Amino acid sequence: MEKLIISPAPHIHSGDSVSKNMTGVIIALIPALLASLYFFGLGALIVTVTSIVACMLFEYLIQKYIIRGEKTILDGSAALTGLLLAFNLPSNLPVWIVLIGALVAIGVAKMSFGGLGNNPFNPALVGRVFLLISFPVQMTTWPVVEPFSMSYLDAATGATVLSLLNEGSAAIPSAKDMFLGNMPGSLGEVSAVALLIGLVYMLIRKIITWHIPVSILLTVAVFAGILYLVDPATYISPLVHLLTGGLMLGAIFMATDYVTSPMNPKGMWIYGVGIGILTVVIRTWGAYPEGVSFAILIMNGFTPLINFYVKPKRFGEKAK
Amino acid sequence: MNLVLISLITLGVIGSVAAVILFVVAKKFHVFENPRIDEVEQVLPAANCGGCGFPGCRNFAEACVKADEFGDLFCPVGGNETMKNVAELLGKVAVTQVPKVAVVRCNGTCEHRPRYNEYDGVKHCFIAHNLYSGETNCSWGCLGFGDCELSCEFDAIKVNPITRIPEVDEDKCTACGACVRACPKLLIELRKKGPKGRRVYVSCRNEDKGHITRKACEVGCIGCAKCQKVCPHDAITITNSLAFIDDEKCKLCRECVIVCPTDAIIDVNFPAPKKKKEEAEAVG
Amino acid sequence: MKTFRIGGVHPAENKFSAGKKIQQAEIPKMVAIPLAHYIGNPSEAIVKKGDMVKVGQMIGQANGFVSANVHASVSGKINKIDVQLDASGYKRPAVFIDVEGDDWIETIDKSNVIKRECNLSKEEIIKKIKDAGIVGLGGATFPAHVKLSLPPGKKAEVLIINAVECEPYLTCDHQLMLEHGEEILVGVSILMKALEVEKAIIGIENNKPDAISHLKKLATTFKGITIEPLKVQYPQGGEKQLIDAVVRRQVPSGRIPVEVGAVVFNVGTTFAVYEAVQKNKPMFERVMTVTGKDAPNPSNYRVRLGTYLAHVVEQAGGVPEGTGKIIGGGPMMGRSLMNLNIPMAKGSAGILYMRDEETIRKPVQNCIRCSKCVSVCPMGLEPYLLMAQSERNMWPEMEVDRVMDCIECGSCSYTCPSNRPLLDYIRYGKATVGGIIRNRNAK
Repeated sequence: MEKLIISPAPHIHSGDSVSKNMTGVIIALIPALLASLYFFGLGALIVTVTSIVACMLFEYLIQKYIIRGEKTILDGSAALTGLLLAFNLPSNLPVWIVLIGALVAIGVAKMSFGGLGNNPFNPALVGRVFLLISFPVQMTTWPVVEPFSMSYLDAATGATVLSLLNEGSAAIPSAKDMFLGNMPGSLGEVSAVALLIGLVYMLIRKIITWHIPVSILLTVAVFAGILYLVDPATYISPLVHLLTGGLMLGAIFMATDYVTSPMNPKGMWIYGVGIGILTVVIRTWGAYPEGVSFAILIMNGFTPLINFYVKPKRFGEKAK
Repeated sequence: MNLVLISLITLGVIGSVAAVILFVVAKKFHVFENPRIDEVEQVLPAANCGGCGFPGCRNFAEACVKADEFGDLFCPVGGNETMKNVAELLGKVAVTQVPKVAVVRCNGTCEHRPRYNEYDGVKHCFIAHNLYSGETNCSWGCLGFGDCELSCEFDAIKVNPITRIPEVDEDKCTACGACVRACPKLLIELRKKGPKGRRVYVSCRNEDKGHITRKACEVGCIGCAKCQKVCPHDAITITNSLAFIDDEKCKLCRECVIVCPTDAIIDVNFPAPKKKKEEAEAVG
Repeated sequence: MKTFRIGGVHPAENKFSAGKKIQQAEIPKMVAIPLAHYIGNPSEAIVKKGDMVKVGQMIGQANGFVSANVHASVSGKINKIDVQLDASGYKRPAVFIDVEGDDWIETIDKSNVIKRECNLSKEEIIKKIKDAGIVGLGGATFPAHVKLSLPPGKKAEVLIINAVECEPYLTCDHQLMLEHGEEILVGVSILMKALEVEKAIIGIENNKPDAISHLKKLATTFKGITIEPLKVQYPQGGEKQLIDAVVRRQVPSGRIPVEVGAVVFNVGTTFAVYEAVQKNKPMFERVMTVTGKDAPNPSNYRVRLGTYLAHVVEQAGGVPEGTGKIIGGGPMMGRSLMNLNIPMAKGSAGILYMRDEETIRKPVQNCIRCSKCVSVCPMGLEPYLLMAQSERNMWPEMEVDRVMDCIECGSCSYTCPSNRPLLDYIRYGKATVGGIIRNRNAK
């Protein structure tokens, strides 16, 4: 006891940290990663590893040579962005396209705004959408499922359920296949069950709250359900909406990104409902078969506005 | 041919409608501004420091144009010269003010004032001040986290990392008063710069009783009133065991500097060290 | 099981001194009794240097509305009246007494017999409490008689006793309930009489099952007193949180609890009320906890007011090796002490040693907007936003965002994964906005 330390209360801390939260999300993504390795084999592994390594490398280089700021490379956020970006890509995507995606995600969407905490849009989604617009052909040819396949660029390809439906043909897989993920698609989005396991893990660890995933899924189910009831022949059933495409991945992992989502339960509901409605609108009437990433990015843009106008329930405030 | 004609007509119509709208709006919402405000603003230093009491230079220029005579209106940054220019522009009488400079009334360096605690909160004076009296035994002295440094637009005040007391660069200081407002301990004062930058001031703000001050800091003012007795110009007042030298009355004779038992009174920019006659005699 | 409905955190309880009998601390050779209180005006000294005083004799007169009398905690000679560094971190006036013997004033009933009947009227009770200088022992040290004098036109329906002791480490209230349960219940009935209420509820967190069952058994012999076990959650001891937890009413922003018909007293205060009214004993001692992970002997002491903390620490085995910080009070809301030459005040609930490594703050990172601070804030505020506003000196915006509702419980800083000093900035903003509001109201 040389000099007593003086500081303002509180004198203890929960021990929570940014890296603990980021690692928690990465752990929650492991079931989905294992599922993708099972369904898409070698290609999934190459794309995932490339994406994670590239994201971390780009963040390190930018911090070292351009921003010269604090080194946050080990807090797990870059690795998480890389993992999420990979989950949004088809497993037969060439490495150089993945690298471009990682550069856009980290360089443009994250670091140019000042790093973690300052980016208005979800970096992984910006990377994915950039690739989707720049390389539409490569980004929309998905390999068909082949357990433990050793093929990468030469994999046999097929169309996703949603794009088939968008074109008018209706060859819907069984509900069980959709639930387990036995269908073509981006490598991390196919297995609903693996993603749901991740959701449960994150809720138990209190990394996220239930509001955003539940509000998105509920809105999609209700909105799509109404459309389906109006005309089952034209519109897709809500079950297909929920289980196919990037909806599960988006609702559980992309929309709940801390930085770009609203800060209180009321705001989260508005945000979630917005994403749900936009997703169904784009899927049903838009040119693209898939709309989750666009919906999330659009609502990301509204987040500051939601935070400004929607306040949490104050203590002692009468419910209106 | 037809296409070109239609385009021409469409563009022409849009153009004229827009022109009419712009004209009406410009007329209707025109705000008359005295052009002399712009002229005065040109002369001002454009530091927008707020030292004059207005949010920015333009507001000050506006006030100058509106005012009948300058009175309290003074730009401390530009000083007398700028005010003369402004006065010439507006055909008014210039007011002159004695140039001032910020002085830090604490000399409690690490050497003079031992640190007993270590502060582990946000390194801002206002937050530390909100919490407690400081790392030393003196509850009045400088905290040393440099809120004054942050507030200074002119890079004129800097906390010395060794002494942990801010130091003012006289050449850069414009006496805008930003640091005076930033200091939660009210240590910084704007004083007359004095002839050749010479000035004498009490570098202490401690209002505790003498024995408490003495224990906390070697160079604190203990309120012994020796300086008050020796001052031939009645410039020194003692309130709450703290001496204060009125810079209007002080004739810079430095008698007080010699008698001060704790060296709390500081003289700056004087040529030969007149300090401590006995010591000087003892040495040589 | 009930608890409050917005926010809350669960810090590790670490109640090492639970179950340790309250020991009487030795009377020191010299005390410095602080005249200043945590809030309100300092009392005015009514003794002078050289006067002889007895234990329980009044030495400081309440000065102003929110102020309380101060009594000598020892007998002896007044050495001086001077400033003394206290737990606030500033030097404030105190009365220094050289101890000679332990001579109590005659009116105090020193016997241990529990006196249950109280035939005084409401006014007489309040006067006795006021004379005894009783302040709230929960931390804010708000004078009890002020709280008992309800604003005109307001009527209390229920008296709530705060026995939750939600701060980690502290056990003084818990031990007081176990050893002086009956006295506390007598105190509660006296307060019920003073407030003219029929109902009193004692809220106790269910991590103290022995206290709950002990008081439940005793309460059967008292009219109108019920015990309410509450789910453990910090900051349940906050006045507004406790009312919400116990009677499910939320006090509106900027209002006082009696607007929803409730008045809250700390359980320690209740015991002091018993002693003052039934035994004529003014408030000159209190129970405090000396604890910490490395404390040689975590224990509860009954200490005379004005005793230097160093004296108490010595009896409890000294400061352990490796202590980096000593806190007066609990780890969530207590103040870190500059040294141990600080006198014990009415609000001192404990001395807590913290190791270097558990107390030094980790580097601050960017806000990642995880919204955990929003979800734990018991007042439903947005700490991240208030901090940003405070950094940018946006005072009017802070007022709109209800910074004045902040109870400074520290849940936000405790939770923040980026280690951001949320409460530091909010506290500063609250002080500044409070000043602006006072200036505006004064005009």
